[in-house]
Amino acid sequence: MNESKKEGATLCSHITDEMRALVGREMRRWVSFPVSSSDIRRWAIAVYYPECPPGRFWDAEAAAVSRYRGIVAPEDFNPFAWMVAQPKGQSTMAAVADNPDAIENGLHAAGPGLKHALNGGINIAYGVPMRPGDVITSVMTLAEYRERPGSLGLMLFTSISTVWTNQSGEIAKTSLSTVIRY
Amino acid sequence: MSSLAIKVGDELPVFQRRTGLAEWNRYAAVNDEFVPIHMDDDAGRAAGFQGALGMGNLQIAYLHNVVRDWLGDRGRILTLSCRFNAPNLKGTIICARGHVTAVTPRENGVEIALDVWTADADGNRLAPGACTVLIDR
Repeated sequence: MNESKKEGATLCSHITDEMRALVGREMRRWVSFPVSSSDIRRWAIAVYYPECPPGRFWDAEAAAVSRYRGIVAPEDFNPFAWMVAQPKGQSTMAAVADNPDAIENGLHAAGPGLKHALNGGINIAYGVPMRPGDVITSVMTLAEYRERPGSLGLMLFTSISTVWTNQSGEIAKTSLSTVIRY
Repeated sequence: MSSLAIKVGDELPVFQRRTGLAEWNRYAAVNDEFVPIHMDDDAGRAAGFQGALGMGNLQIAYLHNVVRDWLGDRGRILTLSCRFNAPNLKGTIICARGHVTAVTPRENGVEIALDVWTADADGNRLAPGACTVLIDR
């Protein structure tokens, strides 16, 4: 945080030169553990709760006669939850959520020092479905910083580009997500 | 319904859930999303809201669900986007909805564009977005 912001000039930019230099940098490269049928089943149960999810996510017989000829994951499934295989033993969501500066700190830079971070939205394009046994690699790149005045002061919008590929190099998903910090 | 019968203005069957800790805790368990603002009213208030709020990612999941339930096995989701306009507060009845905005023949099927959104019981849109699907020829 720069000096003028410390003095309460709320419309002073949060974006420092050090942060600007991070745009275009690879933030993280994760490799998932192999996706299991149980991972997929539990995800589907959670997002359809309290109703039963579609059979294609948990019933091998129903899935076998579907267009996918086997169990697939819901498009919104996250194979990186809790821990990734590479970097070995690294946890994902929790470490990010507890630190609003995690984006910059992960690139060994100082963040804007804002107190809160929220999910602002996402644009997703899908490729091949994720299936049991798949090992997914995620590469995240810091795409852009933007700012806009809001009711809680100047808000910082950070865009993150992500590409997921499977073990065959096929793209499962690309996305551009926005983190709002204030 | 075949792709031939789909037309602009068609509405998708609503996907509805009453949301609160029962739903959020299950989602946190699969997505490792035990973030204080999703678990604790005090943390939600400290962040400027009325209390704890639901995960944006769960709203995204509900948007996929409404499209997927309508689409069935006829095709696949190509793209989906949304932005978060308002928080999903505890006890809110969330309706994920959608309607067809364009029907475009493609070489390998019919591409359907949809507006999708989640809304509260008063119809306020919490997460408006858009989606495209490809239905097999």
